[in-house]
Amino acid sequence: MNGVPPPGVLRLASHPFFEGMKGDLPQTLAPLAVERTYAFGDMLIREGDIADRFVLIFEGKVALEIVLPDRPRVTIQTLGGGEVLGWSWLLPPPEWWLDARAVKRTRCLELPAAQLRTLLDARPEYGYQFLLRLLPVVAQRLDHTRMQLMDLHGR
Amino acid sequence: MAASSMPAGPRDGTGVSPWVPVPFRVEQRAAETADTITIVLTPPKGVPATPFLPGQFNMLYVFGVGEAAISVAGDPAHPEALIHTVRSAGKVSGALSQAALGTTVGVRGPYGTGWPLAAAEGKDVVLVAGGLGLPPLRPVLYELLRHRERYGRIEVIYGARTPKDLVYYNQIQEWRGRTDLRFQTTVDAADREWYGDVGLVTARVPDIRIDPANTIAFLCGPEIMMKFTARALEAKGMTEGSIYVSLERNMKCAIGVCGHCQLGPEFVCRNGPVFLYKDVRRFLSVREL
Amino acid sequence: MSEPIAVGGRYVLDRAGFPRLLAALRGAGYRVVGPTVRDKAIVYGEVREETDLPIGWTDRQDAGQYRLERRTDAALFGYTVGPHSWKKYLFPSRERLWTAVRKDGSFEVRPEPVDESPLAFLGVRACELAAMSVSDRVFGMAGDPSYAQRRRHILRIAVQCGQAGGTCFCTSMGTGPAVRAGHDLSLTEVVRPDRHFFLVEVGSEAGARIATDLPLRPAPAEDVTDATALVERAAASMGRTMDPNGLRDLLINNPEHPRWEIVARRCLSCTNCTMACPTCFCQTTEEVPDLSGEKVERWRRWDSCFNSGFSAVHGTSVRQSTNSRYRQWLTHKLAAWHDQFGESGCVGCGRCITWCPVGIDLTEEAAAIRVIPPPATPAATAPGAA
Repeated sequence: MNGVPPPGVLRLASHPFFEGMKGDLPQTLAPLAVERTYAFGDMLIREGDIADRFVLIFEGKVALEIVLPDRPRVTIQTLGGGEVLGWSWLLPPPEWWLDARAVKRTRCLELPAAQLRTLLDARPEYGYQFLLRLLPVVAQRLDHTRMQLMDLHGR
Repeated sequence: MAASSMPAGPRDGTGVSPWVPVPFRVEQRAAETADTITIVLTPPKGVPATPFLPGQFNMLYVFGVGEAAISVAGDPAHPEALIHTVRSAGKVSGALSQAALGTTVGVRGPYGTGWPLAAAEGKDVVLVAGGLGLPPLRPVLYELLRHRERYGRIEVIYGARTPKDLVYYNQIQEWRGRTDLRFQTTVDAADREWYGDVGLVTARVPDIRIDPANTIAFLCGPEIMMKFTARALEAKGMTEGSIYVSLERNMKCAIGVCGHCQLGPEFVCRNGPVFLYKDVRRFLSVREL
Repeated sequence: MSEPIAVGGRYVLDRAGFPRLLAALRGAGYRVVGPTVRDKAIVYGEVREETDLPIGWTDRQDAGQYRLERRTDAALFGYTVGPHSWKKYLFPSRERLWTAVRKDGSFEVRPEPVDESPLAFLGVRACELAAMSVSDRVFGMAGDPSYAQRRRHILRIAVQCGQAGGTCFCTSMGTGPAVRAGHDLSLTEVVRPDRHFFLVEVGSEAGARIATDLPLRPAPAEDVTDATALVERAAASMGRTMDPNGLRDLLINNPEHPRWEIVARRCLSCTNCTMACPTCFCQTTEEVPDLSGEKVERWRRWDSCFNSGFSAVHGTSVRQSTNSRYRQWLTHKLAAWHDQFGESGCVGCGRCITWCPVGIDLTEEAAAIRVIPPPATPAATAPGAA
């Protein structure tokens, strides 16, 4: 890109998901991380595809969308820098059940699910650390979903 | 520190019973969303405009139908044009949202406590509005912007159900265009036309840039939204002593005698609707109180 | 009588002279309301002659029980309190607030004039004076005009209790049985085989004006002693007790006490207690249009926190369970009232105990909440927990 300074290097360990994590899991995973930049409108994940990576968003905005057969797609949440996306690879069947689309230019680090899974299986303490970080994210999404379900504004 | 207050029902001073509504005229009306309108009311000839504090409400009356408590949503510097944003949710609000230009709407009030603007001076100010929680906060924003130099950073978060449910849409674009405040909007769900945030207002809280030790927050919206937002603000370092909420309960009299609006020992019409979160937090967490 | 009647003075009125009291009141322009026997209860109504009074009647009260019985003497005021309180006159159960008519595209409101004809309340108990004082504060703080207007035209002839009722506990609440303030005249009825008289104490100028027309003589010391002894006997024979100390904190701090569920299983949410209670003030407003739609009336009527729609916001009641409603009523009456009005809302008259169809006794409930240790507060759950 002309005249635009090269983007800063994305460091896995500095993402809030790993921040302050004990031990050397971030350092161990860092070599596996692949940097990706999505332009506006690019799909990060597609419903039904094999869930093959764990995405750490550093900057930008991603819309999580539900596709319904007879209706226009609905965005149920947007995620920004500092957030993570994609854990279906941890659970059978390892398939995405949402679409995720960049609604702004988005930069991420992505960890390939297969290698991540192998590592976490091999080192239970890594696995535990990882799940301890992941659980609050899932809990918060569940919480938000419940509140959206209550349709508070609809009353 | 308690919310600021003003004697209720100034019209009592004229010797008229506090139960009697004054017939105001619907001067303007505009649809905000499919079920929400904003009306501008003017007093009858010879009746002076009554000043109100941001956060106060009026009992609006539709002849033959009844009354509803509706927050004043206009600029406190212009009480002669009494602005209310009403969502059609019941018999009275439904009738109010049908009120045609030139017809009459009865007004009793203003009642209740207002947002403590004096306490906000010299501080960062956070306004978080959920759904119809924006109208009661809009008068605050007018005041903050009128005396911008008195306040630190101003962070506004406004969430609605869908983009179609956002009120004051054009005004929001104006506010978002300003550089002396940050106005974030978010919706619970959206279609492809929406490029903004989707998610609860609480998700916007971590992003706000405030000095939590020197910030005041005003929250208005569904009770559960206010509770979770307060929690998110506390996670950012704020305390319950700097967070104010606006509560809503069944109101018939607005003068503290019908008993309906009580939350624990508080009369929401008289000790509220604006409360310091610290003072009501315990009551908000009791089931069926 | 040769000396002028003095405020604070004590006099004797013989039984034979009692009709002169009614005559003096009527002569001064008062409509007299007081105890009458109707529908097997002593209720407040029009008193034109002394035979309208419950002469020789007494009441036997207990939780959920009320029975009239014949006395062995001919006392006029030998009962305690019935289902009515004086609030029926100061805060009528249905009242038109105003009438509005459509006019020139607008509407015109006509506030309802209040009947300001003077009323004499005959037979006001100390607990009832206390209840009126409580209501004065409630309606006064709200700026309610019709209560204030009615209140200005009331003459109160108090009667000191010579006996306590089965559900009475005014001594616990510090409201009686002695009449200390708020009376224009206070009568203590002394009935003996040899004598039947009233000790009359003048409490105000208005009372003194009435007393001037009565065949009074200064009260000798032994008559005062006899009267005082009766009141002390009443004080010593209360049917119930309630320790008011610390009730405010106790109830506000224990919204999840197991006792609420226990009492809720009995409570029918029938609202009898709130109707009978002299200090309950909850009310609702109603819009009453006529058929043409050109005229509308705004009414208010008694409401009750036990009613299902009472706490409805956006169509849903906040308090759906009987548990929450009973808790609301009792906590308001005994605790929140202190925060709101600086005193207890309960005057110890016992009506709520007597008129509860299942005999719920708030003195028992308050004591139970005190004694049973409250459960430990469950730890707060984190968001997102399943």
